[in-house]
Amino acid sequence: MTDILMPALSPTMEEGGLAKWHVKPGDKIEPGQVIAEIETDKATMEVEAVDDGEIAEILVPEGTQGVKVNTPIARLKGDAAAPAPKPAEAPKAEAPKAAEPAKAEAPKPASAPAAAKAEGGERIFASPLARRLAAQAGLDLKAIKGSGPHGRIVKSDVDGAAKGGVAAPAGAAQPAKAGAEPRQVLSLEQMGIAPGSYDLVPLDGMRRTIARRLTDSFRDVPHFPLTIDLEIDGLLAARAKLNALLEKSGVKVSVNDFVLKASAMALKLVPEANASYTPDGIAMHHHADVAMAVAIDGGLITPIIRACETKGLAQIAKESKDLAERARSRKLKPEEFQGGTFSVSNLGMFGIKSFASIINEPQGAIMSVGVGEQRPVVKNGVLAVATVMTVTLTCDHRVVDGAIGAKFLQAFKSLLEDPVTMLA
Amino acid sequence: MADFDLIVIGSGPGGYVAAIRASQLGLKTAIVERELLGGICLNWGCIPTKALLKSGEVFEKLSHLADYGVSASEPKADLEKIVARSRGVAKQMNSGVAFLMKKHKIEVIEGAATLEKGSPAPKVVVKLKAGGERTVQAKSVVLAVGARSRPIPQIGLEADGERIWAYREALVPKSLPKSMLVVGSGAIGVEFASFYRALGCEVTVIEAIDRIVPVEDEEVSKAAQKAFERRGIKFRVGAKVTKVSKSKAGVSIDLEAGGKAETLTADVCIAAVGIVANTDQVGADKVGLELDRGHVKTGPHGETNVPGLYAIGDCAGSPWLAHKASHEGIHCVEHIAGFKSPNVHSPIAGCTYTQPQIASVGLTEKQAKDQGREPKVGRFPFRVNGKAVAAGEIEGFVKVVFDGKTGALIGAHMLGAEVTEMIQGYVTAITLEATEEDLQSTVYPHPTMSEAMHEAALDAYGRVLHL
Ligand SMILES: Cc1cc2nc3c(=O)[nH]c(=O)nc-3n(C[C@H](O)[C@H](O)[C@H](O)COP(=O)(O)OP(=O)(O)OC[C@H]3O[C@@H](n4cnc5c(N)ncnc54)[C@H](O)[C@@H]3O)c2cc1C
Repeated sequence: MTDILMPALSPTMEEGGLAKWHVKPGDKIEPGQVIAEIETDKATMEVEAVDDGEIAEILVPEGTQGVKVNTPIARLKGDAAAPAPKPAEAPKAEAPKAAEPAKAEAPKPASAPAAAKAEGGERIFASPLARRLAAQAGLDLKAIKGSGPHGRIVKSDVDGAAKGGVAAPAGAAQPAKAGAEPRQVLSLEQMGIAPGSYDLVPLDGMRRTIARRLTDSFRDVPHFPLTIDLEIDGLLAARAKLNALLEKSGVKVSVNDFVLKASAMALKLVPEANASYTPDGIAMHHHADVAMAVAIDGGLITPIIRACETKGLAQIAKESKDLAERARSRKLKPEEFQGGTFSVSNLGMFGIKSFASIINEPQGAIMSVGVGEQRPVVKNGVLAVATVMTVTLTCDHRVVDGAIGAKFLQAFKSLLEDPVTMLA
Repeated sequence: MADFDLIVIGSGPGGYVAAIRASQLGLKTAIVERELLGGICLNWGCIPTKALLKSGEVFEKLSHLADYGVSASEPKADLEKIVARSRGVAKQMNSGVAFLMKKHKIEVIEGAATLEKGSPAPKVVVKLKAGGERTVQAKSVVLAVGARSRPIPQIGLEADGERIWAYREALVPKSLPKSMLVVGSGAIGVEFASFYRALGCEVTVIEAIDRIVPVEDEEVSKAAQKAFERRGIKFRVGAKVTKVSKSKAGVSIDLEAGGKAETLTADVCIAAVGIVANTDQVGADKVGLELDRGHVKTGPHGETNVPGLYAIGDCAGSPWLAHKASHEGIHCVEHIAGFKSPNVHSPIAGCTYTQPQIASVGLTEKQAKDQGREPKVGRFPFRVNGKAVAAGEIEGFVKVVFDGKTGALIGAHMLGAEVTEMIQGYVTAITLEATEEDLQSTVYPHPTMSEAMHEAALDAYGRVLHL
């Protein structure tokens, strides 16, 4: 006899309701089969069997509320290995965010080994017709769960999603549920903007990705900003010297390259800021892979300086120049702009004094860099002039708390204001 | 206590494939067959007809040897040997099924089955070939009893084995008739017409609808009729048979076409006007099985109104094709076993092995229009295809139908040599939900007749290259 235990839908869940049984005593179950639905106040989730066997007894009847995690809920015949059931699906209440590695795995169609979608790589497995239908209906394939072979999105999935309902039954399988219902938005006309009073620019892939990812992030990630002023006269002097030195080699180090280097080093000094929230735990990244936002025609992209903390300024300058150039000509490879651990966005060249960027999931923070300009400062009670730059760190409060963000900014400030320390 | 997880009644391509799949899925399975393993398809249908047709085709080629710069003296067709070859092929396939049953540990029960009330599925009572009776109980029963040729007794169209043949008689002629009337121009009718004509018989095909091979696209019907007429087959379309009478000398058929009456005579006549399901011999009424004009009414997985009873293949409705029967069998058994198959919808193609061949899948142009799909249609004739010209097979064409709004491939229709081997390219494309762009961007090897499939897809969007 083996017991099936009440699963935890999230790391913090303590109890839940047993909404529905999909099996009854005497039923043979096999791995991956949906056996029950569990609900909390936030979500309902399907529970898949991990092992095969035969249901001997249902211990907790359908409709029971307040079932503690790890309570036996059913019993299997025979001596099959302990089948810890696993949640089959992302909570229905939440939009799927494939950006988070842990979640990207979760919403599997019951029979298929892999989810159709993979963030970053942007490789979505969908039939040609499904792609076209989704485009025509303005649906985001990422929000649609595939019921075809290997989780591929097929026509009937898109049709199902278009109706706002569930996808068509997968052969003999249970109907696959569409991942998220597309947000209902009023048309411009409904909001009082007359048709013909504007031109409509079609949404391209980049615009859709930006819209989806930043909406998801802004809605679901608890953002908070921390702002600090830096004096960069020392940096400017160091930069002038360095560039004079490098002139022959044709390399020119920018202020932003210093920012990249300093933030990478600060991330190593305050590793808690170089982290990602996942439902399974906080991922502490081994390297500071710093992404830099580059504005390009029709959008922006964030190429990455990998292991930036290990690289010298000249190297960073070379890489960032090359990445920015190739970003603008759209020649970046996916692995060059996917998977950073931290981002830097700089709008100083437009004279922006300060701003707070939206976090690029699954990163724990993003730094927004304003213009370096001469400002009056008070030093020891005396008014003076210094070149000052304001930076704002937007943090994901699930992983970077205020004190950690502040510690990071302190470290960053001391590195940048006294660039010699970067040589350490 | 059930003797088996699953009993399949009938061992045609529906039943025996279902049994193999059931065994693969771990079900203890038995199959009941009253005649020959492999059903109509292997013994009296698809396979032996293809053997005959190949002989006919080879013989016909001989009369065109000069076109290829080759000569031989006095080709002869020996009907007895042609038939013996066809039977040998069928026998070989039949033994193959016996082997497969053994390999998959499927118990073969030889005898005729009838259903009786039972739980969780109807009981299966088998009148054993070897004598006696055996009653078996399973958790699920799949009916795959197939169908037989449809007689129309009201007009005297009933096979007698002498002057009036159905497909069974037509497959094993003792001598070559000089003349023949074929009633019905569906696949079976035109295939027999094609075979007998190739051997030199005078053949007239009678069709009630105003065009031959009525399930095909209208353009295919028209072009096929011309191609068959070039070979000397005669047609009466839009002709209603009012009476079939036989005499010692032969058979005569009265028909009415366009308000005019006509009487045709010949040595023999073949009845090819459809089929009736074998559901009248399985005790359907005893278990209260719901039928629709003889065919079992089924749900998406072959479920019937009787708990535990499923039906697949010819006995469960059209299209009456072997691969449809097999597909339904697999799907049904996977459902019974609780196996979750991926969401794939593959269309059922139809193939006719005349000279030239006909192959089609999906919607005809007219059906697409009627459904409001605003079809985009492309065509390409084999006459300008390099491989076809080199092979001396320039008859026919490829026609494709795309959904005008989504670009989905929704139909394909072909006439020509070996198009039955080519159609699966489009079947795969539809199954994978291809659009015009996929087909237009696919690289087809040269020189092949399949290049015409590419060109037709290009033509639908005004991009044809070699025309
Ligand atoms: C001349 C001809 C040519 C054809 N050519 C083609 C072709 O080229 N391509 C194609 O796809 N299809 C073709 N078909 C159609 C094809 O043969 C059928 O669609 C196919 O055989 C149907 O398979 P099935 O398993 O449903 O039934 P069947 O093959 O008819 O098998 C049913 C079996 O059940 C058995 N049976 C019936 N009642 C009982 C009972 N009470 N107890 C026990 N056993 C029973 C029968 O003896 C039979 O063996 C052709 C048919 C004919 C007649």
